[in-house]
Formats: sequence, structure tokens, C-alpha cells
Amino acid sequence: MSKISPPLWILLELTHKCPLECAYCYNQLDFAKTKDAMSKNDWFRVMQEAREMGAVQLGISGGEPLLNKDILEIVKKANELKYYTNLITSGVGANVSIVKKLKNAGLKTVQLGIQSHDKDTMNLITNNKSSYDTKIAFAKEVKKQGLQLIVNTCITRQNIHQVPEIIEFSKELGANYLEIANIQYYGWALENVDALLPTQIQLEQARKDTDEYRAKNEDMKVFFVVPDYFATRPKACMNGWGTTFITINPDGIALPCNTANTLPLDFPSVKEFSIEQIWMESHAFNYFRGDKWMKKECRTCDEKEKDFGGCRCQAYALTKDMHEADPVCDKSPFHNKLQNLVKKSLVNMDKKPLYRNKKNSMRFYEKV
Amino acid sequence: MQEEKLLQINAHFQLQWEEKQDCYVLLYPEGMVQLSLSAGEILNLCDGKNSTLDIRDLLEKKFSTQDLLAQIIDFLKEAMSRKWVVYYE
Repeated sequence: MSKISPPLWILLELTHKCPLECAYCYNQLDFAKTKDAMSKNDWFRVMQEAREMGAVQLGISGGEPLLNKDILEIVKKANELKYYTNLITSGVGANVSIVKKLKNAGLKTVQLGIQSHDKDTMNLITNNKSSYDTKIAFAKEVKKQGLQLIVNTCITRQNIHQVPEIIEFSKELGANYLEIANIQYYGWALENVDALLPTQIQLEQARKDTDEYRAKNEDMKVFFVVPDYFATRPKACMNGWGTTFITINPDGIALPCNTANTLPLDFPSVKEFSIEQIWMESHAFNYFRGDKWMKKECRTCDEKEKDFGGCRCQAYALTKDMHEADPVCDKSPFHNKLQNLVKKSLVNMDKKPLYRNKKNSMRFYEKV
Repeated sequence: MQEEKLLQINAHFQLQWEEKQDCYVLLYPEGMVQLSLSAGEILNLCDGKNSTLDIRDLLEKKFSTQDLLAQIIDFLKEAMSRKWVVYYE
């Protein structure tokens, strides 16, 4: 196997608690089982060890990271270590006065989830009636404090028709970037796929609306993340397993991607091993490196260096074998499974989504 | 390009020397540019205290060479169009 390059990007999931209940959350269905087991010093050590290996990007996420009482000290430490810090937040969960404190602690960027320009749509998506006003106040404070604002809009059938309005609204808020993130179907989103997946026609319209805005060449840059269910080649998930990215969940479990613990692999804990040991030596991080694990379709494919066989979590979720090609690929023997899922969602589109909350989450592990 | 105006790195970016990569890098949300030796040297002098002309003087002295101005301006124009560098205010 070729040399293992060090991680560049580390994501801390400070807690899986969240005041919002978005039905498209990528967190695993039984997230309520995850404990907040990491102390401030545990997070400090993890950041230090990854930095020593060469990591430069630090994402602080959750759940809602503002619910972790150590957040300011964690940001401060990250800044001292010379990470580029990015807070990924709902804007709900702490008093708005925290923005100034975050700025003073050295935070560079706030990535704020705003699902709609319209209050009723926001209520419907987040199942939290104060979310709209709280988020808008948070966005304004971020700009007032001179922080960089990235508006992240998760797109489903519930808001895809609002893309032009959301673009305008983000511009008015002074966003530096807008990410129009069509949801990828993992965790809660996969459970709710019937209620959430847009049609291809809706998707094409949203893309057209985005391109029209882009043609005007305005200051706010817009990214458009396509849902891979409508593609014929898989995404190069995480830029390849164990090549770039490491995430640490609230339990202290280290993962090569946010949803990897849905796979039947044992992932190491940062409480038992250093980041270097985990990255270089652990069975789980080495498991999908290179091409030895691949089935024939992938191993003999001339595009394998481009997409690495796609996403392991998606392969496992849809085929029950994590070594299969990502069924997004039309060379996969399971591609029809994905197409059937898309068709089925058209038939069942009036199904109500199941909100992501503790009560609903417990249903998924009490069953076992 | 106003050659006598002071320059600085855009506050939303972060410039630093990375030992592991053996070069200067410029960090931005979820991304990174690895800078060539000359680009890194120029950006490192965009610290709010130097103008384009100062940067020329400093680099010509540091590398005992001449006629760097055109090359420096070319790079700074590109850097400003990418919003990496702004005039100091």
C-alpha cells in the first residue's frame, strides 16, 4: 500500500443534543444512546495530536455544539494551535451574546443552518417555533462582529421550491457564501426518504435558479451540492477513506466519516489511543484504504482512482454489504435498488417525516 | 493596482507556515491552498505594514536580485481578484 498521508481536517462533534428536530439529520437513528463522554481536556488533547500530525482545518459541530459549555475554551485552544476554525451551528442553543465571545476566542467562520426565508417553512422543518427568529438574530450578530458567515441550506422537498428566495434572503443577511446542500440520504434522512426526496424536475429547476444567480456574478458565492440519488457515478466520499478527514463523536469514537459508525466495524476511541495510532494503525481506518477490499466491479474499473468506489455507508445501507460498489454507480449490480427507492418516494410522497428527537430515537434502540 | 498602498491578508483567510507540508498555506472554509515559494514570501509580507513597493524592496534584498516588481504585481493582482489580499484600512 502507498504511504498514508496525514489527516488535514478534523471534525469535533461536541454533543448529539440539538434543540432542532430536522428530519434530514445525518446522525444515526439511535443517536440518543451516544453519551457526552469527552471532557474539555480530552478535546484539547485530540486537537493537539491531530495538529501535530498536520491537520489544519477544524470543524466544530454536533448536534448543536453551542450546547457544550466548554465551547469557548475549545475555540480558543484551537486558535492557539493555529487551526482554521469553523463553527457549524443551528444558531439555536445559546444566547446571541456568545457570538462576540466566539469572535474574541479566535473563531474564523460560522456556518449557520437556515432552511428557509419563510417562518412557517422553518417551523415545519425544524419543529421548533423559536428557530426562525433566533437564527436571524444570530446571523445578524455574526456579521456585526465581523465574522465570516456561510449560510447552509439543507434542501429537501419541503423547501426546494424556495431556492430563489433563499438565495435573495442569504444575500440580504450578508452571507459570504451560501451552500445549497441537497440532502444526502443517511441516518434520519434515509428513514424519511419518502417524505424528503425531491423529484428530478424540482432538482433541475433549483439548479437552473442557482445558475441564474451565478450568472449575475455577485459577491456571495453559491455552492450547489447535488443529491447523489440522481447521479450515475458515486461521489468520492471523504476524498477517500482515511485520506483527509477524521471525526470524533461525543463518545470519543474516532471515525473516517460522520456516519461511519453505521458500518459493522469496530472504531477506536480517542480515550484509548492517540490520533496517530488511530490514523496509522487501527484496523478500521486501514480497512477501506487502497483497492484490496473492492469487489471486481470496482477493482477493475478505470474510474476507481476518481471515486474510490463511492460511499461505504451508502453501499452498506442499501445493499447490506459494505464492500459493494456504491449503488449510485450505474455499473453496480444494485443500482436498480436505488432507482426503486426514488420511484417509491414518488408514490409515498405524502408520508409524514419522523422528527429527529430523543423520543423517536429511543424507538430505534429499544427494538433491539 | 495601487503600488504604494499598504496590503494585508483578508481577515477571513489564514496564512501560515506548515512544517509538515514544507510551505506556506492559505486556509479558508474547508479548504487550503499550498503556496509556491515566491507566492508564500509575497503573502507573508502582506501584513498591513508593507505596500507593493516595500515588498519588492524587501524581497529583492532578501534574495539579492532585481526586477521583481512585474512578477510581484502579477501575483498580487491574482491574489486580490481571489480576495486573498486586500488594501489595509
